[in-house]
Amino acid sequence: MSNWPTPTSWLHIDGVLALVAAWLIVGATGVFALHRFRFVSRVLFPAGGLLGLALFGLALDAALGTPEVAVLPIGLPGLPFHFRLDSLSAYFLMVIGATSAGISAFAAGYFRKGEGTPPGLLCLEYHVFLASMALVVLADDAYAFMVMWETMALSSYFLVTANHRIAEVRKAGYLYITMAHIGAIAILLCFGVLQANTGDYTFANMRAQSLSPFWASAGFLLAVLGFGAKAGILPLHVWLPEAHPAAPSPVSALMSGVMLNTAIYGLMRVSFDLLHLRLWWWGGLLLAIGLATALFGVVFASVQTDMKRLLAYSSIENMGLILVGMGLALIFSAFHMLPVAALALTATLYHVASHACFKSLLFLGTGSVLHATAERSLGKLGGLIRSMPWVGWLMLLGVLTSAGLPPLGGFVSEWLLLQSFLFTPGLPLPLLTMLIPVVAALIALVAALAGYTMVKFFGVIFLGQPREEKLVHAHDAGAWERAGMLWLAMGCVALGLLPTQFIQLIDPVTRQLVGAGMGARAVGSGWLLVPNSLEQASYGPVVFLLGILGSSALSYLAVRKFYHGRLRRGLPWACGFPWGTARMQDTAEGFGQPIRQIFEPFFLMRRELPTPFDAQPRYRVTVEDRFWRWIYVPVIDLANYLARLVSLMQQGRISVYLLYSFLTLVTTLLVVMR
Amino acid sequence: MSYLSQLLEIVIAIALAPLLSGWVNQWRAWLQNRSAPSLWQPYRMLHKLFNKDSVVADNASQLFRAVPYLVFGCMVLATAIIPTLSTDLPLATAADAIALVGLFALARVFISLAAMDIGTAFGSMGARREMLIGFLAEPALLMVMFSASLISGSTSLTTIVETLAHRDLAIYPSLAFAGVAFTLVSLAENARVPVDNPATHLELTMIHEALILEYSGRHLALLEWAASLKMFAYSCIGLALFFPWGVAEARAPAVMLLALPVLVLKLAVGGVLLAVLETLSAKMRIFRVPEFLATAFLLAVIGLLVRLLLGN
Repeated sequence: MSNWPTPTSWLHIDGVLALVAAWLIVGATGVFALHRFRFVSRVLFPAGGLLGLALFGLALDAALGTPEVAVLPIGLPGLPFHFRLDSLSAYFLMVIGATSAGISAFAAGYFRKGEGTPPGLLCLEYHVFLASMALVVLADDAYAFMVMWETMALSSYFLVTANHRIAEVRKAGYLYITMAHIGAIAILLCFGVLQANTGDYTFANMRAQSLSPFWASAGFLLAVLGFGAKAGILPLHVWLPEAHPAAPSPVSALMSGVMLNTAIYGLMRVSFDLLHLRLWWWGGLLLAIGLATALFGVVFASVQTDMKRLLAYSSIENMGLILVGMGLALIFSAFHMLPVAALALTATLYHVASHACFKSLLFLGTGSVLHATAERSLGKLGGLIRSMPWVGWLMLLGVLTSAGLPPLGGFVSEWLLLQSFLFTPGLPLPLLTMLIPVVAALIALVAALAGYTMVKFFGVIFLGQPREEKLVHAHDAGAWERAGMLWLAMGCVALGLLPTQFIQLIDPVTRQLVGAGMGARAVGSGWLLVPNSLEQASYGPVVFLLGILGSSALSYLAVRKFYHGRLRRGLPWACGFPWGTARMQDTAEGFGQPIRQIFEPFFLMRRELPTPFDAQPRYRVTVEDRFWRWIYVPVIDLANYLARLVSLMQQGRISVYLLYSFLTLVTTLLVVMR
Repeated sequence: MSYLSQLLEIVIAIALAPLLSGWVNQWRAWLQNRSAPSLWQPYRMLHKLFNKDSVVADNASQLFRAVPYLVFGCMVLATAIIPTLSTDLPLATAADAIALVGLFALARVFISLAAMDIGTAFGSMGARREMLIGFLAEPALLMVMFSASLISGSTSLTTIVETLAHRDLAIYPSLAFAGVAFTLVSLAENARVPVDNPATHLELTMIHEALILEYSGRHLALLEWAASLKMFAYSCIGLALFFPWGVAEARAPAVMLLALPVLVLKLAVGGVLLAVLETLSAKMRIFRVPEFLATAFLLAVIGLLVRLLLGN
């Protein structure tokens, strides 16, 4: 695959570590150019983007190779960092590299002067964030993993709170860092279980342990809790719709499109690599959590009125779908149906890549819209495809991918996932054979609802008439922003049209994790994606696209040839009603109304309805999350109560504190005397 | 030979689709004691519309003008991959049952986006209702397809048809459930009576008409043609899944000659049944539609479970 001369001393992992170090250097340079805005945006961010591209290339080359290890003597004495580059890490590095390249290019044109954090510092945080994500994926011992995981959480916390002058942003950041730490504790405990009292925290040692089902399950559950908190599974999702929208758009893109994947990576690493045991109910649990998360995410996404919140909820939905795929793969591999497990895992990993592409693209697009209009509320946008054609058309690609429509990237993973559902009759447990088709039905429902949400998202922002006067003059994205979005949109299209080529890259990963792959069969069929045999199922996206475009073009030419191409412009018809204004279009609230009505029990809704006698009638609906009331408010109340108990001791008088010291001293002495 | 049958199938679908609409309209008129329009009325309509100028709103974007062609293209592809005359279709390998459902979804998303493009109250209302119907109908349709897929162990439409056609003639409970579900879904998807009324222009009740309200001339003609192609495609899916006999297979190309009259006969009977069904039922309120479609969804899932538990 590689055309480079590869001397024996040269390893991919060295290159990857060098690139990560270069990211850190780029970030550090930002500190020395704190307020030199042009230098940071025109030199440092593009440099970071190029490094991302290089990382993508290097990981692409490493994906098919053998695992490589490296030990760096940094950290505590006698406790070096272990790194390992295998197929799984190479795949996630590819996703990180490719996505961050687009986002960095966008960021080069995005950040403006005078927005909270100075640009140089933002550059540091941004590149530390990137580097820590790459190292999380590379880490080969729990110590390095946790250090990188925490660096990732902290650097992203500072990025989320870039606009720290806004109280809401600070609040979102606080919620985020709290949840991140709850997750980190669970992960730490999980590694504690996995090392099985040997005191050796390298992953190699964990792989060598064979745990009893009880301890393995404990480790697995802790991993689900810890990584799930990062991935935003139900009910640990509350931070996600707050933190992702609060961040500047490139950071939202990085968090939704890339950081969430590290959680998926961690869960995969623990459940498929570090643990040998596979119990079917683990998969069942993931399936149930994933399904609940996906349904919750999409239903809430469809009623949002803030464009970035809508996308954040859509991220929750996609994480749910990914977990469903993973759960299915676990179930199949627990019953040793390895080819099917590989199919489900391929679908999962494919979705990781396509989600990274489309979600980053969509978040970047909202950034451009935000800059052009200073408006995040869907109810005040509209008609932007005319003033911002670049953003509009690129976003359309992202929206279609996100809705899981053929022939784009999102559909391939959905298709593979549904294909693997068809194999459930082979499962030995009748309960599962019965329940899993219901899961398939709900997955189909989620996908269809995602379509609803995305039509709302795109239609309300980009189509129709501008709902505000200022939108007419909204400026399109600049060259850097366009380049970044174009790169990601190309990713969406490429993932859609070349599934067999991409599955080649996933193949070594599934071979590593479940001991089977679908690569050879998928490739043998050229342009067609064939999971098993041609009689069973096949999908050829290129032919599909050509079929649509070809018949569209033919019909266009035929109409021109046999009739005419005359076109007149006029006022909108609107059933002859001439007084239509922009405010009569469906708003985001209006478009979400059917969903609110159908899924009413899901929501905690507050309605403010006008009466006929109001001088200024107001209609307002707020939709809230029930989980906040059910779980978080009691926990917060309990914490406050405990804090009040503690405060009884804190009288603020020196004499009382002296008394405490005295008592402590006496008690200690008594204990020592014994 | 296989390319010939593929081409023949596309041409027949495009040519026959308006005829099916005309046939259903004729029967509806007869059943409602009206004097019926000619069978060729849809063709005259299309010809008239193609001849007219297209009037496009001032603020329409490129998307608005591209959508009629794209939707028409989607529907042509849909009819190309459904085995109506023959199972020997080269294009059918490019899209299986799941991709077919995705194809309908793609067309729906495009037409809804186009309806929102002008920014009139009717357009966005139509888009919202269309998507509302879509998000319930799409999974139900997928589950119907899944039932058939489980029986044949394949999602490839040609394999499904070949397997189903070779089974013994009997009533299979799973297919019976799926059949009822499919009927409900196709009524909703094709804007037929209990869900939508193809003849109405009453603002508050229309769905399909609201979507295409801003279109005129050749664009409208293409969308109308695409709508009748969609009905044709749905009818063919129904025939392929539940009455698959008479479709020519790769092994016996000569049967193609027989397949066309069989298809016309089956469609004619189906059209009459549709007209009867439409005459017997009244249009529902829009918020009854989710219940209607949820019923379809549940029936489809029950069909799936029946297949899994009882094995037939």
